Amino acid sequence: MRLELSPLLKIIGDWISSLGLPTWLVDLIEMIGAAAMVMGMAFLIILFLVWWERKLSGHFQQRFGPMRTGWHGWLQTIADGIKLFQKEDIIPKTVDRKVFYWAPVICFASSFAAFACLPWGKNLWPTDLNIGILYIFAITTFTVISLLMAGWSSNNKYALLGGMRSAAQIVSYEVPLTLSVLGVIVATQSLSMVAIVGAQEKVYNWFIFRQPLGFLIYLIAATAETNRAPFDIPEAEQELVAGFNIEYSGMKFAMFFMAEFLNLFLVSAVAVTLFLGGWHGPFLPSWLWFLLKAFLIVFVIIWFKWTYPRLRVDQLMEFCWKFLLPLAFLNLIVAGFLFR
Amino acid sequence: MDSAIAPYLFYLFSFVVVVSGLLVVTLRDIFHCALFLILCLFSVAGIYVLLGADFIAAVQVLLYVGAIAVLMIFAIMLTAKVSGIGIKQQNEQVPIAIITTVAFVAIALYGLGKTIWNIKTDVAIPDNTTMAIGKLLMTTYVVPFEIVSVVLLAALIGAIVIARRN
Repeated sequence: MRLELSPLLKIIGDWISSLGLPTWLVDLIEMIGAAAMVMGMAFLIILFLVWWERKLSGHFQQRFGPMRTGWHGWLQTIADGIKLFQKEDIIPKTVDRKVFYWAPVICFASSFAAFACLPWGKNLWPTDLNIGILYIFAITTFTVISLLMAGWSSNNKYALLGGMRSAAQIVSYEVPLTLSVLGVIVATQSLSMVAIVGAQEKVYNWFIFRQPLGFLIYLIAATAETNRAPFDIPEAEQELVAGFNIEYSGMKFAMFFMAEFLNLFLVSAVAVTLFLGGWHGPFLPSWLWFLLKAFLIVFVIIWFKWTYPRLRVDQLMEFCWKFLLPLAFLNLIVAGFLFR
Repeated sequence: MDSAIAPYLFYLFSFVVVVSGLLVVTLRDIFHCALFLILCLFSVAGIYVLLGADFIAAVQVLLYVGAIAVLMIFAIMLTAKVSGIGIKQQNEQVPIAIITTVAFVAIALYGLGKTIWNIKTDVAIPDNTTMAIGKLLMTTYVVPFEIVSVVLLAALIGAIVIARRN
């Protein structure tokens, strides 16, 4: 017996609509309820990922990572969160206050908004848009804007350089990222995330086997999109101290930090949906499969981070435009012939 | 969108479009102008969604916010000595501009009043606009589509040539 979540949600939904409330109110309650559930899930994922990244980085470097707060340090992120809440909210004198204030909000909101059309499990998604994957790519472009806002408004040369490096990198790598996904879309004839998962019911139908090159390009470009090593020149400590968020502290800093982990999970979840069969899998409940696969991709990206040295900026751009982009076009052309 | 709140959303988006558009041309900090331009373009995407053109809405955000606005902000950042300086958005030609604008608005309002608007379409709006747009671009409008592609390619090559010379 698989423990699916969708029947449970359906019971709650039926109960709300049986209360005799007006339709718009029922719609509103369901919308807010779904958003709140995804928000709760997102925070749990962030809590876990921060701890997990610290543990993994520790073990990759032959140390333990956090050990003292709870069993193997599992309470560490919660402790850090409480600490950040208590911090004084320092706003430097020369910053552009309004832009400085809104940048972390937009950064977090744009990552979170993309969660709206992830298929978390069997019949378990907040909404199924016709343009699903395109919506995710579109709404996450606001991340770039927020980084530029943070870099500019901080009135600090390190922040400005970091913001510009981030933006240049994300805008460049977005091109191969989008192109790598097109092969899957050509095969399924749909942009809807649910339809793409539906096309991968059998393991041999998973797009990682039908589009291996597309998957590799996606994984590399996604690592660059999240500004993680080996593509982490936007926050290269030796040159920039911290990058775009150098002037931020307290909860504002925490919002950038959380958005980074949300983005990490988002690119992994999209990879799972597009290439690894989404929530399909035997024995275990579908939502657990989805999470397990997503955390596997997260693990691989963290593994990259602690294995490869940082690229230089010219290598970064050359790799994107002269290697990944032609490969992505090649992959698209091959997909066009394959899935006619 | 056939939801009960759709009309209110339309007014909300329109309000944001108009106000942010006005702020783009009146604010003195050029960086703020660029940010309000982004807000304006994003609200236009919201109106597209209300019209059932979800693909166009996503492309609007992807291209205008993700590419064109970023390019503008880069241009601002790379221009020396614009940070924190209030740049005047008016010059000595304000009276002439007012006369032209009033004349244009009068003509536009006259035209708007005279036109008979089709509120209902004869054809049903397709559920999946992406596929419909794709088919039209590859069949009926293939020649304009190809011409636009060639023009963009020419612009791209031109940009590379100019950049190489320096």
